[in-house]
Amino acid sequence: MWLTRPFRERSTLLFLGILLAALAMVTLLNLALPAGHPLHVSTYTVTLLGKYLSYALLAVAVDLVWGYLGILSLGHGAFFALGGYAMGMYLMRQIGDRGTYGDPILPDFMVFLDWDSLPWYWQGFDMAWFAFLMVLLAPGLLALVFGYLAFRSRVTGVYLSIITQALTFALMLAFFRNEMGFGGNNGLTDFRELLGFDLRSDATRLGLFLATGIALALGYVLCRAIVASKLGRVSVATRDAEARTRFLGYRVERFQLFVFVVSAMLAGVAGALYVPQVGIINPGEFSPIFSIEIVLWVALGGRATLYGAVIGAILVNYAKTVFTGVMPDAWLFALGGMFVLVTVLLPKGIAGLLGYRLKRKAAAPSTTTGEASA
Amino acid sequence: MTILSPLRQLLVLCLLAWLPLMASAQQDEGQQRLASLDVASYDQMSDAIEGIITSGDERSRGWLEALLDGKLQRHKETGRFVVVLENRGRNWPVVDALTGEDGGEVSRRDLDRIGINNALRGQLQSALAVLDLYADADRARRQAARDLLGRVDAMMVAPLQEVLDAEADREVRRLLEQGLAIHRLEQGNLEAVETLQGSLNGQVRAALNTAARSDDPALADAASAALADIEQTMKLNRGLETLYFGLSLGSVLVLAAIGLAITFGVMGVINMAHGELIMLGAYTTWAMQQLLPGQPGLAMVLSIPAGFMVAALAGIAIERGVIQFLKGRPLETLLATFGVSLILQQLVRTAISPLNRSVVTPDWMSGSIMINEGLSLTLNRLYVLGFALVVFAALMLVMRRTRLGLEVRAVTQNRAMARSMGIRATRVDIMTFALGSGVAGLAGVALSQLTNVGPNLGQNYIIDSFMVVVFGGVGNLWGTLVAGLSLGVINQILEPWAGAVMAKILVLVFIILFIQKRPRGLFPQKGRAAEG
Repeated sequence: MWLTRPFRERSTLLFLGILLAALAMVTLLNLALPAGHPLHVSTYTVTLLGKYLSYALLAVAVDLVWGYLGILSLGHGAFFALGGYAMGMYLMRQIGDRGTYGDPILPDFMVFLDWDSLPWYWQGFDMAWFAFLMVLLAPGLLALVFGYLAFRSRVTGVYLSIITQALTFALMLAFFRNEMGFGGNNGLTDFRELLGFDLRSDATRLGLFLATGIALALGYVLCRAIVASKLGRVSVATRDAEARTRFLGYRVERFQLFVFVVSAMLAGVAGALYVPQVGIINPGEFSPIFSIEIVLWVALGGRATLYGAVIGAILVNYAKTVFTGVMPDAWLFALGGMFVLVTVLLPKGIAGLLGYRLKRKAAAPSTTTGEASA
Repeated sequence: MTILSPLRQLLVLCLLAWLPLMASAQQDEGQQRLASLDVASYDQMSDAIEGIITSGDERSRGWLEALLDGKLQRHKETGRFVVVLENRGRNWPVVDALTGEDGGEVSRRDLDRIGINNALRGQLQSALAVLDLYADADRARRQAARDLLGRVDAMMVAPLQEVLDAEADREVRRLLEQGLAIHRLEQGNLEAVETLQGSLNGQVRAALNTAARSDDPALADAASAALADIEQTMKLNRGLETLYFGLSLGSVLVLAAIGLAITFGVMGVINMAHGELIMLGAYTTWAMQQLLPGQPGLAMVLSIPAGFMVAALAGIAIERGVIQFLKGRPLETLLATFGVSLILQQLVRTAISPLNRSVVTPDWMSGSIMINEGLSLTLNRLYVLGFALVVFAALMLVMRRTRLGLEVRAVTQNRAMARSMGIRATRVDIMTFALGSGVAGLAGVALSQLTNVGPNLGQNYIIDSFMVVVFGGVGNLWGTLVAGLSLGVINQILEPWAGAVMAKILVLVFIILFIQKRPRGLFPQKGRAAEG
């Protein structure tokens, strides 16, 4: 079975082993050690790590399309945000009558805007299964329609990058509007509970962190499985010589569409896991700059390796946390410098730097997660 | 537009040299007029007021208003007339009535008030209403006549008629006639409708609206017909206005995108820092104004070459420092130049300020041209529109008629062959990139007149610019022009019923769909150039 093939690869097993070990260690250090202990991992750090892991999943999704399909999407932030909004809408409905205005159905911002009933697209989001389905479907459908139109007319390369950027920009403008019914500028926030668990409790936060880690592991395996399958090899062929693959008789656009939609859904899941951990979703996630940043994570880690994307996402975001805390002004310098240095000097990223022997050992993820948790 | 301003300054200087002589003559005359007010009999005073009104002296309004408020007073010892600024407390701050100089604070016991009675008060009030009609400048009289529309009452008819008979300026006459006609219309005069026909003024329309509901059927019909006529003109006006704003927005898009059409379209280099080069141009304008305080016009003129140079040099630095290493890897170029854009933004934030800087608009660029009363075109936008066309024409000439243009086209079509023909391809790369970047700087200079100059200025235009180039057809300057102008107009047409943000979204969606249909844009390149 194609889904089990990754488990026969040493690199995947190593990655999974390291990831699960890191999850277990963080859990242990958080629960078993008292708060004052030097090795204790606070719940704040756990949530921070959970955030990094959801970014890592997003980076894996981008690496799938960029690394193995050759499509540089500058709009993956849009899929991430759509998944996040789907989750956010569910969490908003869970607040019920505990909001500031105490309306049993309408979220606070709708009461504030004098709306008297729930818009049709908010219906059903009080049910968890529906919301979770939408986490997959909303980004998936957008990717399906957009991808169908784009790949059918053979829009590729730079053109595709630019219109994906335009797509996320248009969505950002749309979500900033109050009339859209997604909370406008402020987005969705003030969440209370998820599936009955209090979002502010330490146990829920640890649970979310673990869930994100497991989602990352599953997403990784799925991507590996796709890449290693025959379909994945056609994708790589498309990346390297689209016209030739087409002449060999493959319907290139179908492969592109499939991989693109899967990637968008993964990004949606990442967004859905991100939102309850940071407690807010707003249109800023749609901003083109965020989407480009994701690409940097992948480029820094090393494209077309999948684990490189994970390393890159965690490293860059760890650096961001440190920089914005210590000297916020320097962050954009550092980020901009990274863009330039990585593309000019490190075209294969950190994964390329580590070389083949290290790649087999796949030691990198463990060191980075370890650093981030310290 | 560039040479006029210094000339005008010279003219002003010459005038200034004459001023002291003229001023002293004015003082004497003014002193006499004010002295004629300070008489015992109210009748004589009434004549004196009349004299002041008809004199056309620009200080008249200040004097009469002060007189009406009881603030025109005479200093007991010096005999000079002063205007009291605030008559509270024991010591009053005053200014000299003749020169407007600050007179410090004067004890109220040292001042004599020039008193008036109720008859004079009435005379003053209606005099003040028509006072500006005696101003020397045509422009001031026109404005005064316009302000009178809808405010004419029975008291004012006689003096206004007098003014009208003496008036030479056609525009003022027309406005005064309309003002009187509105008054007659209110009295139920049918012929007044004819005078008001075709006027776009709001007051006229209000008066006609009232008349259209009157009990007199003939009057109501005539007024309704006139209104319908006016409405037709207004519609046309609105259409023209939308077109103007659309072209203006389009010219901004063209300016922002035309440099990109060179670097991206002709050279095939994705420069995400293009927006920041625009920003540098805008900041150059600001810096120029800081260097030349009080001379915004000169600074504006100088910042055109300066903005070009600054952005071109920055462009060369980007080309040499980053892009040359990434030849043939467009996606990597995109990422690297995006990094450069972040660095440039933060550089401006750190070195200058994260806040917006204000750029002064020179006098000759502010204000507007009035086509008719419903339609006026703001001058700064008109200048930018013209500037965009000039830049476009210049760029067209460079690409079509110069050695550089020929070499650029040769290198883009077949680099190896161009090199073997003795063209130094690297030099051409640098020059082309510098040209495209410099044009971005020019866009920044123009944009500084329309929007806020801040670190995010470039970011707002980068996506739009790429859209314009892709929509127009990569590698085609005409396509960029047509695409920019038409997107601007489409945006403005959509705006009234969709709202500003929604219009922008619709335009973006439209372009995304359009590219699916025609991936090579409006004007795809044909022949050998298309193969590259």
